[in-house]
Amino acid sequence: MTQASAEGDASGPMLAADGTPLKKSLARALRLQKMRALMLIAPLLLFVLVTFIAPIADMLFRSVENEIVSETLPRTTAALADWDGQGLPPEGVYEDAFYDLYMAAERKEHTRLGTRLNYEMTGASSLMRKSGRGLDDIGEVYQDQFEDLDKNWDEAQPWAELMGDPEWLTDQAAWEKGDRMPKFTLRDGIADLLPKTAEQYEAFALYQQEEEAKSPLKEEPWSAVHTALYEDLKAGDLSGYTGPRAEMLIAADALVDSPDFETVSFADGFVEMDEDWAQPEIWKTIKLYAPDYTSGYFLNSVDMQLTPEGVEMRPENERIYILLFKRTIFMSLVITGSCILLAYPVAYILSNLPSRQANLLMILVLLPFWTSLLVRTSAWKVMLQQQGVINDVLVWLGLIADDSRLVMINNQFGTIVAMTHILLPFMILPMYSVMSTIPPTYVRAAKSLGATNWTTFWRVYFPQSIPGIGAGSILVFILSIGYYITPEIVGGTTGTFISNRIAYHISSSLNWGLAAALGAILLAVVLILYWAYDRIVGIDNVKLG
Amino acid sequence: MKLTKTLLASTALTVAAGSAFAQDMADSMTLVSWGGAYQASQDKAYAQPYVAEHPDVTVSWDESSNEAVAKLRAMNEAGNITWDLVDVVAADAIRLCDEGLAMEYDPDELLAPADDGTDASDDFGDLIVSDCFIPQIVYSTTVGYRTDLVGDTPPTEICALFDMDAYPGKRALEKRPINNMEWALYCDGVAKDDIYDVLETPEGQDQALAKLDTIKDQVVWWSAGADTPQLLADGEVVMGSTYNGRLFSVIEEQDQPVGMLWDMQVFDLDGWIIPTGLSDEALARVKDFVYFATDTQRLADQAKYISYGPARMSSAPLVGQHADLGIDMAPHMPTDPENSKNTLLYNYEFWADYRDDIDAKFQAWLAQ
Amino acid sequence: MPDTGASDAFVAFERVQKSYDGETLVVKDLNLSLPKGEFLTMLGPSGSGKTTCLMMLAGFETATHGEIKLDGVSINNIPPHKRGIGMVFQNYALFPHMTVAENLAFPLEVRKIGKSDREAKVKRALDMVEMGDFGSRRPAQLSGGQQQRIALARALVFEPELVLMDEPLGALDKQLREKMQFEITNLAHSLGITTVYVTHDQTEALTMSDRVAVFNDGRIQQLAPPDELYEAPSNSFVAQFIGENNTLEGTVTQLKGDHCTVQLENGAMIDAKPVNVTEVGQKTRVSIRPERVEVNPELGPDAHTLKAKVLEFVYMGDIFRTRLEVAGNREFVIKTRNRADQERLKPGQEVNIGWLPEDCRALDAD
Repeated sequence: MTQASAEGDASGPMLAADGTPLKKSLARALRLQKMRALMLIAPLLLFVLVTFIAPIADMLFRSVENEIVSETLPRTTAALADWDGQGLPPEGVYEDAFYDLYMAAERKEHTRLGTRLNYEMTGASSLMRKSGRGLDDIGEVYQDQFEDLDKNWDEAQPWAELMGDPEWLTDQAAWEKGDRMPKFTLRDGIADLLPKTAEQYEAFALYQQEEEAKSPLKEEPWSAVHTALYEDLKAGDLSGYTGPRAEMLIAADALVDSPDFETVSFADGFVEMDEDWAQPEIWKTIKLYAPDYTSGYFLNSVDMQLTPEGVEMRPENERIYILLFKRTIFMSLVITGSCILLAYPVAYILSNLPSRQANLLMILVLLPFWTSLLVRTSAWKVMLQQQGVINDVLVWLGLIADDSRLVMINNQFGTIVAMTHILLPFMILPMYSVMSTIPPTYVRAAKSLGATNWTTFWRVYFPQSIPGIGAGSILVFILSIGYYITPEIVGGTTGTFISNRIAYHISSSLNWGLAAALGAILLAVVLILYWAYDRIVGIDNVKLG
Repeated sequence: MKLTKTLLASTALTVAAGSAFAQDMADSMTLVSWGGAYQASQDKAYAQPYVAEHPDVTVSWDESSNEAVAKLRAMNEAGNITWDLVDVVAADAIRLCDEGLAMEYDPDELLAPADDGTDASDDFGDLIVSDCFIPQIVYSTTVGYRTDLVGDTPPTEICALFDMDAYPGKRALEKRPINNMEWALYCDGVAKDDIYDVLETPEGQDQALAKLDTIKDQVVWWSAGADTPQLLADGEVVMGSTYNGRLFSVIEEQDQPVGMLWDMQVFDLDGWIIPTGLSDEALARVKDFVYFATDTQRLADQAKYISYGPARMSSAPLVGQHADLGIDMAPHMPTDPENSKNTLLYNYEFWADYRDDIDAKFQAWLAQ
Repeated sequence: MPDTGASDAFVAFERVQKSYDGETLVVKDLNLSLPKGEFLTMLGPSGSGKTTCLMMLAGFETATHGEIKLDGVSINNIPPHKRGIGMVFQNYALFPHMTVAENLAFPLEVRKIGKSDREAKVKRALDMVEMGDFGSRRPAQLSGGQQQRIALARALVFEPELVLMDEPLGALDKQLREKMQFEITNLAHSLGITTVYVTHDQTEALTMSDRVAVFNDGRIQQLAPPDELYEAPSNSFVAQFIGENNTLEGTVTQLKGDHCTVQLENGAMIDAKPVNVTEVGQKTRVSIRPERVEVNPELGPDAHTLKAKVLEFVYMGDIFRTRLEVAGNREFVIKTRNRADQERLKPGQEVNIGWLPEDCRALDAD
């Protein structure tokens, strides 16, 4: 090593013996260690990532995800983007909605869309379900007339010849089940001639091929294709057409132009299906929820809503989540507090007993862990109910009258009692493990210095047991903030937590987006409290032993 | 829709093909139900006779019906369906169907005709409330009361629930708006036929909640079917709503001092759905089982073990006696003419639309 | 050292017994008194009862029987915090959640001493242990030696008349320990406080104390000033425990005044000073310090010498340590000063060894 590198030359980096910068050399030496450490934790890391982080991230993502509207109604949402939101949208939007919904109904996606929109607009669910069934009423107006004109309009083969590329037709005709199906391609020029029909037929043919694995040569097109054909024939003149199936198409063109041809506007057809389509609300809702990401769920979680006029509070009688958040935090704090009060003396005694007795008592503390949560909660029900053990004893002792038995369950009191009992071990254990590391000499030292028992406890013992209280409190608080089984069973209406609503939205209403938003807020609350705790008490002051 | 018909026709072909080649059927099946006496009745009436005929088939039960909707959705997203046949209430079946999680079926192909040759679709009639729902039983939500706590004049009609003067004491009601809102409006003077028209409006919802407000502080809200029978047995409540089968078991099997009302009982349906995404073998087996388990005799057999009415019209005359108690089951069926003089049918369409909205209001009202 | 009767004793143990389990006594009939200003060390192996005695004096253990008096008053029923005894603990027991200054202020606070007075006393105590700049540190930020000084300062800051120290230097390295031994004795003497010091380290006991009480098996084996303890152990336990020691077993064959002759098991005769032997024929264990043994001695004509065989020679700088086989005892050690003319013995060499009779003490045989 040179003199300069040994002393750390101020003008350049420290150098290792071989002349490489010391930092680089050190980093290289450490890299191997780091790699080995990484290899050791890799299985756990992977496990946690796959089973914990990824599902949580996925769940949280749902709280803003809203692709279903634009994916199910691509044209409609695009068309609605230009709509000013005044009155009803123009006929063109109804037409787009017809094609979108028709496809969605074929794919059985319209009901999912209905469920999604129903969270925002009551009635959307049945509107979508009804519309899925009613769309054919519009299409069949045209389908029937074309069919009456020429049976071929209701046959698969003529349609395929009209729309399909000749080469594809040959390939498709040769196709046998089990082979790979030749992908449908439109005939040259047909898209210019019959733009809407071509688009609808292509969508139909591809759907048959890809989703149903069926040959478009064997399946008669659905009525949306006939509707599109009418639209095309109405718009253009095809009397000069000379391609395949010319007479069939020219006859249809003539039919459409005749005054007897029955038509129905899309708007009227929609209103026929359900009057709600004549209300601006459904259109406004679709427009509002067209973006791929929405703040709707989060707003909903804080008793607000997204309206065309902007963000506003929900009606007074529908506000519940803020109340529940406040209650959850308040009750969790009360439960944490009562756990501290009950656990502290127990942990103190445990930590000061000879280990044989301490172990025995520890078993008693842990005993509840070996009983099912449901059993313990139900036991509290038996204890606390009006005809329950405690009331019976109080009546028997003459402390209360038989007709004024105490109400101790199905309210906050019941929840606090039961949850304090259930979570108590989570407070005792960290307290115990911290207290048993406090050397008895501190107490002796304080006494020898002249402190009374109380001063010794308060000034010397207690401050050193705070890490245990901190650890226990964080555990109990975080556990109780997410508890839902016990509040559900003994909480009645005033003792339920936000987690009960999350569970309801997960398992019952299936509004996972809202559940995810509520969960995300709960997670944020916990993180904020954790941060505040770190700032006030210091996270170094948390010990599990 | 024509396409649907072609679809169903081809499905029928598959079924025919499936039954023709028995080796293509899976030899195990996971059925999902509610546990308890109800699941036991299904096991005795359907599964055991089926296994007796097909000894190579193993049937396992999963007691997950109360969370079936969420679990099926999760399974579907994970792309791994482990259930073959799921017992759900009709409202859940409708939602599963809406979500594309339950398979649509053709009743006349999948289900056996009645003994007299009536098509299944006619035999089940209106009870097929969804394209995915295979009805099994009719049950009802009704009110039970403590005979020793109601004085000399036991209640005879639903509005006793709201009559705190005649029947003081606690009541048990389900912690959800469905049924409670209807009863509240009915007892507030709304004609039965107008209930849902009124409930559609915010004013109507407020009216129902206002009526419930009169008894709110005396209500114990339940969320599990077993709660009310237990509360009644403990004397915690004077009366409470629950499923008629639960009340039958408290009254007849456990011999508790409990009576029940049939007035304004709310009919609901329970049945099977077949999850989408089953393998061909599993689907073939499930179809074979469903054909067997929903025929006229099997549905009538179930009533031997539990007091729920068979969903087939043709099963009603075959309902016999309770397997253990030996009492006639017909008078305990919610569908018995004597019991169904004044009933309400669960309005699936209405609640599919209004559930989210009214539930938010109801929960907010509860929390206040 | 004034002769201290129980009457003017500052601290007195009178027939004190202690049992934890009601079956065995860990302290057996302890009588001990020390005058004001004395530095007394309780020395003994672990389990000998010395710490129990200290704890009884501090008030953390209660005597099963007997009385403990402080300044003539029985303190048996006075709780520890009212005894006004300063105490230094083995691991210092500095409160980790308080700063050094807060630790020192603690005993003053509980005595309700005013703030300004308190600060002055804390400062003085810190200066006393030369830790004046460390008031705002936390104990965890200090080295072992520094913590030790703070512990000492804390035990002294409220000016107790009696200070107890329970192996206070046990956790320090050798050099620091020696330095602290010196400082503690200096401080104790200059402040004139009475100190009871517990240790299992005999060097510490010998260097620091006015008197040492050697504990074994719940009893004080010998209570004496360090030099007497070393040179005149009153029984073989003390002889063994204090310093390095050679023992030989034998039988008393002749006893006359302060001289006796002992016949070893191999028949060899040695001269000794009778301490615990009273009659001829008694079994005895003779004790001789390694540095008092002479090689090829030039003693009186009637003095006995023993044949020895060198087993090992160790050069230790200031001294040579030689291990010999003497009368079947292969652990016989002699120490000779490293002088220019000192012969260095070689293993295998045969030598004669001998000593002055008064350096060889015939003690009890157990």
